Amino acid sequence: MPAIRLAGLSRRFSPAAPPALDGVSLEVAQGEVFGIIGRSGAGKSTLIRCVNLLERPDSGTVEVLGERLDTLAEPALRQARRRIGMVFQHFNLHARRTAAENIAFPLEIAGIGRAEREARVRELLPLVGLEARRDAFPAQLSGGQKQRVGIARALASDPRILLCDEATSALDPETTGEILALIGELRRRLDLSVLLITHEMAVVKAVCDRVAVMEAGRIIEEGRVFEVFTRPQQDTTRRFVAEVIGHAVPPGTLARLPQPRPGEARRLVQVLFAGPHSTRAVVSEASRDWGLDMNIVSGRVDEIAGEPFGVMALAAYGPPEKLDGALAWMRGLGLDVQEIAP
Amino acid sequence: MSWLTPTMQELMLEAFLETLAMVGASAAIAVALGLPVALLLHVTGRDGLSPRPWLNRPLGLLVNALRSTPFIILMVAIIPFTRLVAGTSIGTAAAIVPLALAATAFLARLFENALREVDGGVIEAARAMGASRMQIVLKVLVPEALPGLVAAVTVALVSLVGFSAMAGAVGGGGLGDLGIRFGYQRFMPEVMATVVLVLILLVQGVQSLGDWLVRRLSHR
Repeated sequence: MPAIRLAGLSRRFSPAAPPALDGVSLEVAQGEVFGIIGRSGAGKSTLIRCVNLLERPDSGTVEVLGERLDTLAEPALRQARRRIGMVFQHFNLHARRTAAENIAFPLEIAGIGRAEREARVRELLPLVGLEARRDAFPAQLSGGQKQRVGIARALASDPRILLCDEATSALDPETTGEILALIGELRRRLDLSVLLITHEMAVVKAVCDRVAVMEAGRIIEEGRVFEVFTRPQQDTTRRFVAEVIGHAVPPGTLARLPQPRPGEARRLVQVLFAGPHSTRAVVSEASRDWGLDMNIVSGRVDEIAGEPFGVMALAAYGPPEKLDGALAWMRGLGLDVQEIAP
Repeated sequence: MSWLTPTMQELMLEAFLETLAMVGASAAIAVALGLPVALLLHVTGRDGLSPRPWLNRPLGLLVNALRSTPFIILMVAIIPFTRLVAGTSIGTAAAIVPLALAATAFLARLFENALREVDGGVIEAARAMGASRMQIVLKVLVPEALPGLVAAVTVALVSLVGFSAMAGAVGGGGLGDLGIRFGYQRFMPEVMATVVLVLILLVQGVQSLGDWLVRRLSHR
């Protein structure tokens, strides 16, 4: 049974506008962190709001832990929502309640008595590292601390599912890292299934197991984060991946590369090293065995979802048939070799 | 107030108490009636928790009608209603009825604005937690809007002090009435000056108290 199963969700806000959701289906497995990435207006906000029916889809079904939510009447839906935690971009804390009172709020809504609420808040505060700030009001907290309150509040009623709506988009990069690390840690400790939406590929890279790319209300690409990063299929995905990995070679650098000697050719390629050959000395083997001159224009090695992975831009010089042979050999090793337009 | 005769001083005190009574009583009624009206306007509005145009539009029209009627005209126009409620159409009690009605309409709009200022995100968060509409109103909307609501009451109190000056038209008494009858009609500039001074102090006091309360409640 998946944690979340969405099938054929469509939503159109006005007959004239393009649909916000256009037949979206996805499954989030239990215990995984699933990311949805897209530009603003891609429909990801509408999609995550459909999971707890804050937004009602025009058509399609919503299942959470095996229970159909879209057919529930209001009182039953309210009960179901208590089992789904949600974290927001702008924290959405009550300005006139302290951190502890904010965290206790969902319990108050659920009609839980004061003593039990306080006991639960005492458990939650250390979980998000806010013991010292329990009586502070939101205005006295930093952005990161506010989001910690938001996370503790989302976890107050002990949900199995956590929805993160751009949870780090209002935070600086360092704080983003801390909050993402916290979400990752809490997921493991509390056995949560997390659905998060973001417009930053770095967020996906940091915490997600799987990712779906959204554009114009549809999911255009989906897969394990490592696969999507190393073998993006769609242009939009490539652009997102490039944000983090920096595949593109600056045009100025390309222009400054030497021209090939007469009778020789130049090929500009980007090579992705992933899997078993990611640590092989491909460049020196190719230049030695095929008699080529290889100029490394840019390169870096990184780790995505715990797997090593490198990307390199090469300018290769030599006789055209030798160049073709060397590139074919590299492809034969299972490396992803793509020509860069000069 | 040695510049006033003992009789004048007594009249002044009496008028001051009448003003306090009129403003206080009508404000209390206006808060009690205006808040439910404002909540109804807000909740049934287009982007409200449960939009009900058939209820929202007539209610909004009624509030606007009361607000656009000049107070002096409203006071005379509703005399039959005043007699029904207060049992009389003259005196301080009779002045309280139109004052309360005008202030209710005024406060309802001010309250509605204060409610509109509440961050929609907090309400969405409450919905996501499974809060009912009633819980959202009582535990989110009103508490979060409280500083704004108090500021609205302050504004209304100050306006009521002004409105109450017209209460003399129905024999309601009060400082404004005293100023007109003695200060203006009997050429007693020292009475007029005292009335104005007392009114300024009263308004300043109300405003300062309101501002202090808003600061205390805000936690910003």
